[in-house]
Amino acid sequence: MTIRRLLLTLALLLVPLSAKAEEPIKIGAVFSVTGPASFLGEPEKNTALMLADMINENGGVLGRQIEMIVYDDETDVNKCVLAVDKLLKKDHVVAVIGPSVSGNTLAVMNKFPAAKVPLISCAAAEKIVNPVNPWVFKTPQSDRHAVTRILEHAKEQGYKNIAIITVSNGFGQAGRAVLQELVPEMGFTLVADEVYGPKDTDMTAQLTSIKGKNPDAIICWGTNPGPAVIAKNRVQLGMDTPLYMSHGVASKKFIELAGSASEGLLLPAGRLIVANQISDDNPQKPVVTEYIEEYEAEFNQPISSFGGYAYDALMLVTKAIEMGGTADPTSIRDNIEKIDNFVATGGVFNFSAEDHNGLDASAFEMVIIENGDWKIVE
Amino acid sequence: MFSSYLQYLISGLTVGATYGLTGLGFTIIFNTTGIINFAQGEFVMLGGMLAVFLYASGIPLPLALLGAIVATTIVGALMERLTIRPVKGGSSIQLIIITIGVSIVIRGIVMLTLGKDTFALPHFSGETPIALAGASFMPQSVWILAITGLILAALRYFFKRTLFGKAMLACSFDRKAAYLVGVSVERMVLFSFMLSAFVGAVGGIILAPLTLTSYDRGIMLGLKGFAACILGGLGNPFGAAAGGLIIGVLESFGAGLISSGYKDAFAFIVLLLLLFVKPSGLFGRAQVKRV
Repeated sequence: MTIRRLLLTLALLLVPLSAKAEEPIKIGAVFSVTGPASFLGEPEKNTALMLADMINENGGVLGRQIEMIVYDDETDVNKCVLAVDKLLKKDHVVAVIGPSVSGNTLAVMNKFPAAKVPLISCAAAEKIVNPVNPWVFKTPQSDRHAVTRILEHAKEQGYKNIAIITVSNGFGQAGRAVLQELVPEMGFTLVADEVYGPKDTDMTAQLTSIKGKNPDAIICWGTNPGPAVIAKNRVQLGMDTPLYMSHGVASKKFIELAGSASEGLLLPAGRLIVANQISDDNPQKPVVTEYIEEYEAEFNQPISSFGGYAYDALMLVTKAIEMGGTADPTSIRDNIEKIDNFVATGGVFNFSAEDHNGLDASAFEMVIIENGDWKIVE
Repeated sequence: MFSSYLQYLISGLTVGATYGLTGLGFTIIFNTTGIINFAQGEFVMLGGMLAVFLYASGIPLPLALLGAIVATTIVGALMERLTIRPVKGGSSIQLIIITIGVSIVIRGIVMLTLGKDTFALPHFSGETPIALAGASFMPQSVWILAITGLILAALRYFFKRTLFGKAMLACSFDRKAAYLVGVSVERMVLFSFMLSAFVGAVGGIILAPLTLTSYDRGIMLGLKGFAACILGGLGNPFGAAAGGLIIGVLESFGAGLISSGYKDAFAFIVLLLLLFVKPSGLFGRAQVKRV
């Protein structure tokens, strides 16, 4: 470890000497490294820096080094806007990855067409890519894919009446809109539609109200810690109604927080967290395995889906630079749209001018929490 | 229908008790110094977070809880000695701004040293829900209500019956007169900070198993605790506790019966309405100035 660090430092010291002719390629990043969404932003920042180092050690992109400029938006919309302005106007980056949360992405995405720089968001909301903003892409699977996956599973179980409980932030509101649309469309009845605040610590009132309406299943849309409280409250109220979670809680932290209350909960998750359970002939297997090994060796903490979003985003940018043979922002944008069959941690991406997410519902596995771990539901 | 209402009531009381405990801390300091300590929510957070970390480092739960309470009480004492006492003779507004500064510092230190994540503390006595007439609650709710009740009773005894408690009250009524009859006002102020940190820490550790805890948990709790204080009548410990329970129950019924989206608004709307009608709060006495 220390030897590696030393070599890395030496390499970094040598870079200015050797690469004088070729300026490094500046890629910007804005993540919620601190604040309530730090569980998203921290692995994303770690991943982006680690991947940039790996790429640089292997000779960089087009023979040029990558310079990652990472800002922390503290999960705050205003700070996110300032950070993006700084990246676009002062740092003159060729592309930006992040922000981590949907609300922040929605707040900054309209700056990119004017600046003519592509943004590859690491946030989930479908509104980011629908309608298509020519300069904005995203790597996490859309909430529409997750909802579809959940409702398909619910249909197989023969459920009819669905209750939803969503968090009142960008992620939850976007999920709620899709749920309100797809639940009736796929033949279910929406019997309850409850909301909770991102900082709420007790959701028994909402669950009691849901309980009174006797749904066959409950779908909860939120990110930690709210869903963990809901899982606990559900057990507390003695409810055995099946509870689906969103892909927003697909990290070990959720199981740790909810404890035994997480047993039996279902959620759609990317293959990253169940890498050891997917079959060897799955094209994603080598990519996710390599990323997990690198990440866990470097940071000594368990993997989450979220770091993978940043991994995919940076990989897409470098891929587009290689395809175009230039680090010109417009060329990067044009080439991302041409990326086909690109195997990454979140799924197999197929971009086009109409689809800036490039994924479908098959990017998800349905998993159940059993004995404090994930298990793929066949 | 009845069982739902009972459920709302129990949930509301549980959450309300912690608002009340936070509010209690505000009144203790207000009563001796006349300032609002905006770091009160941070004491609650510290209690929960320190307990989590002491427990995670292998100390048995009861000792970890005790350690967290003692450590938070020491923080309260340090806060008074290092930031409040040096500004002798400062106006209330200066002191209040200092408490806001202290709250930011505490939050920052906890974030940097203990981490930005959310943490869970084990329940004190298992996680088997108790059923009651169709409603159910965790044993932890009983702990919360019982300990809140106990602290209230102890404080009542302390302020009404002990010389020390009366001396503290004397400081709030008239500082100079208290000096003249031999009360060490400085010691009383120090003690009030320790006492309110103690109450806050207890609130934090009994709440953490049920609601999880994180470095920024103190902000909302501080706000709700402050609202509880105002609702009950600033300076009245029992008013603060009652105010907390009322706000908790209102939120719970509001979220269950009307709309969960506006949960936080109910409490504040009621608070505003009340302040229009009775500016001194539910149990507060109108200001009287004796000549």
